[in-house]
Amino acid sequence: MNAATTTENAAAMADSALAEAPLSTKSIGEVILDVQNISLRFGGVKALTDISFDVREHEIRSIIGPNGAGKSSMLNCINGVYTPSEGSITFRGKTFSHMNSRQVAEMGVARTFQNLALFKGMSVLDNIMSGRNLKIKSNLFLQALRWGPAEREEIRHREFVERIIDFLEIQAHRKTPVGQLPYGLQKRVDLGRALAMEPQVLLLDEPMAGMNVEEKQDMSRFILDVNDEFGATIVLIEHDMGVVMDISDRVVVLDYGRKIGDGTPDEVRNNEDVISAYLGTSH
Amino acid sequence: MNTTFPHLLIQHARSRPEDPALREKEYGIWQSWSWKRALDEVRWLAAGLASLGFAPGHNLAIVGDNRPHLYLMFLAVQSLRGVPVPMYQDAVAAEMAFVLQDAEVNYVFAENQEQVDKMLELRASVPGLTHIIYDDPRGMRNYTDPGLISVDELMALGRKHDELHPQLFEQRVAQGRPDDVAVILYTSGTTGRPKGVCQTHASFIGAAQGGVQTDGLSDSDNVLSYLPPAWVGDFLFSTAQWMVAGFTINCPESAETVAIDMREIGPTYYFAPPRVFEGMLTSVSIRMEDAARSKQWLHHKFMAVAQRVGADILDGKPVPLGDRLMYGLGKLLVYGPLKNAMGLSRIRVAYTAGAAIGPDLFKFFRSIGVNLKQLYGQTETCAYVCIQQNGHVKLSSVGQAAPGIELKIADNGEVLVRGVSVLKEYYKRPDATAEVMDAEGFFHTGDAGVLDHDGHLRIIDRAKDVGKMAGGAMFAPNYIENKLKFFPQIKEAVCFGHEKDKVCAFVNIDFEAVGNWAERQGLPYAGYVDLAAKPEVLKMMAECVEKVNADLASEEGMEDTQVARFLVLHKELDPDDDELTRTRKVRRGFIAEKYGVLIEALYDGRTEQFIETAVKFEDGRTGKVSAQLKILEAKTFPPVRSAA
Repeated sequence: MNAATTTENAAAMADSALAEAPLSTKSIGEVILDVQNISLRFGGVKALTDISFDVREHEIRSIIGPNGAGKSSMLNCINGVYTPSEGSITFRGKTFSHMNSRQVAEMGVARTFQNLALFKGMSVLDNIMSGRNLKIKSNLFLQALRWGPAEREEIRHREFVERIIDFLEIQAHRKTPVGQLPYGLQKRVDLGRALAMEPQVLLLDEPMAGMNVEEKQDMSRFILDVNDEFGATIVLIEHDMGVVMDISDRVVVLDYGRKIGDGTPDEVRNNEDVISAYLGTSH
Repeated sequence: MNTTFPHLLIQHARSRPEDPALREKEYGIWQSWSWKRALDEVRWLAAGLASLGFAPGHNLAIVGDNRPHLYLMFLAVQSLRGVPVPMYQDAVAAEMAFVLQDAEVNYVFAENQEQVDKMLELRASVPGLTHIIYDDPRGMRNYTDPGLISVDELMALGRKHDELHPQLFEQRVAQGRPDDVAVILYTSGTTGRPKGVCQTHASFIGAAQGGVQTDGLSDSDNVLSYLPPAWVGDFLFSTAQWMVAGFTINCPESAETVAIDMREIGPTYYFAPPRVFEGMLTSVSIRMEDAARSKQWLHHKFMAVAQRVGADILDGKPVPLGDRLMYGLGKLLVYGPLKNAMGLSRIRVAYTAGAAIGPDLFKFFRSIGVNLKQLYGQTETCAYVCIQQNGHVKLSSVGQAAPGIELKIADNGEVLVRGVSVLKEYYKRPDATAEVMDAEGFFHTGDAGVLDHDGHLRIIDRAKDVGKMAGGAMFAPNYIENKLKFFPQIKEAVCFGHEKDKVCAFVNIDFEAVGNWAERQGLPYAGYVDLAAKPEVLKMMAECVEKVNADLASEEGMEDTQVARFLVLHKELDPDDDELTRTRKVRRGFIAEKYGVLIEALYDGRTEQFIETAVKFEDGRTGKVSAQLKILEAKTFPPVRSAA
């Protein structure tokens, strides 16, 4: 009982602390990613209907919505996992009607996963190193021998990975198999692997799902710092409204596959459609 | 002793420029600073500070984790004849305000964003805080506050300034006198406001030389610098002895990686408060319980051999050949791997100080061949009063007077010290200085102690804490509390009994040890409060208290201070709630006031008491915990008279 009371207090206080966190003074640039009239159908099920929104360079853009609203489907379209039935996606001025996920990755779009897709038996270091895969140029044979140019290249990549480990403050777990880490830390490793790609756009699929208040606070701080220090543009799916409203520059709201709101957190908060979608009433 | 720390640095850089002076693990690799680079950076830091207007006599506050630039900053400030004032890095902003105001600090070295934020927050109440120098640029990109400068920028400024005024550094260092104040260390103070202890170069160099000679420390030794830089112990080991012996100090990657870093470095010389050694032993015991049966058997078998003869072998005493062979085999199979797992493989000498060490703990480390010794001292004596000499280690004493130190016991039992390491004064507090220094130059330590026939000092308690029971017996609360705390299951204990008819106690469980035990027993618990109130846990605590009572019953003069009633607290005593000092000493007065109802309940025979207390979280916000605490009776024993 008593323990529960303490946690509740802590939760309430952590929320207010997030609200007070100062917004960074970064400069938001041009449109980097433009999604036009996207629809996605699985047989008879319409997952997305006529969705359009844009993402500007260096901003934190959130996609929110109730369960089944189509958030992850939207991310999968951007990511090239799903090919939209209609509509186009423009990335850095180039328009695509469909593309595969490797192309997307090569263009500088990285993502994390809602239900973690890490190599559980591999160390934290190796997991993040795997994010460098696309950047490694030397051939497999030389890599296997770890000889000459391959060795020099590996050292270079290791250095980059070490910077990420330092940034995410997981030095103590560098050599620990990922499967042994608590969930919150695994989420951090997942983020680290995405960062290893040096992404221009980072897609985060519910980075705070299943975390406690303290872990959420830490993760919010990391997302803001990634945005700030790595200059990455961030597209974020998240359930926790407190977090979204505090760290996002602009928010898209989906409900049953349709866009029902778009704007700054304040605009979205006062949008009648959004309120009714979330609270189930029209007042 | 006619020298200063910056002089010593210059000597090392001249005589062996390329040897490693310090290392830091960063980006997964140990990065080295040679003595030459260390001197260059000190020179640039000093010149940079000078160009910002830092002048002789100014104080510079230092707050942060153990980082190379933090240690170099001490030397840079001393080079300019300024005084570094280290502060505890885990203190909240409000606690730092007093030190910053008292020491009239204008310049602060704040290691990272967290510390910079505290300083910026304090600017409103401490307007003098004009310059804030930070080391780690992480998260600092968007800070535009005036007077904020990174260490790299400061060094760049310094290089320019140094080119314009190439003589400045040497001139200032040459002006430095051994009796200049080298550092002001604020005592955490179990009572009242902290006081700034002014220690000169001569005192600390004298104290360091004593230690270096006693243990034959040399430039080939390696030390892990991981203790709070504001603690006198860290200044002695990581700055004073570093400069005197010229060994290499190693800064860990982060607070969580200390154990890993320690294994990688394999320090040859090590210093830790008892709780760190306790932590090592606890983790070994826990892992041993998970080990295969055959390994457990091996462990028990050879630990028994070590217990019997290990300490004697270490002290060079005669041991039968058979035992010696068994011990040799044990070294190969058990002690060696064990030491390696704890990072103690290369240890030549290790020290513990700061609190009393449990007999089992002390014996454990000595028996596996770690030359663990005790030293005794306080901030006012550079942590250098008594030191245990090799081969003359007695568990119950803290050793004989260290070289250059004279000891005396006052009529009231208080330990008095005169000699090389005694403080110059308390900063701006002649009244407080006069209170502790007598006309003959003896410093009054405030500890009650006894000198035995070969000059070994045994510390009993804080002199002011020693009270009298209503029945007339001497009441030494610390003495009893330490006996309780020697159990790994008990983290803290507070005893009451002055002018009372019986001794009562508060006990704190050790969450890690007891939690682990509960898991093994299949005992479910929801958290600290719940675990501390489990009947099984209470029973275990009662057993511990009764063992202490049995122990006390056998000691002359202590038989009347057995613990009659006790309770297990629902929250951990915490420095953030002002219940402990930053060095984890119990603040008795404060606790007695805060938990007044519990003390009443202990003495008026109640069996339960409700309590609600405010707690402060690490980020400074507050919440409440409440619980219904059971009050337990402990068995006491009739005095055991040894047949003399």
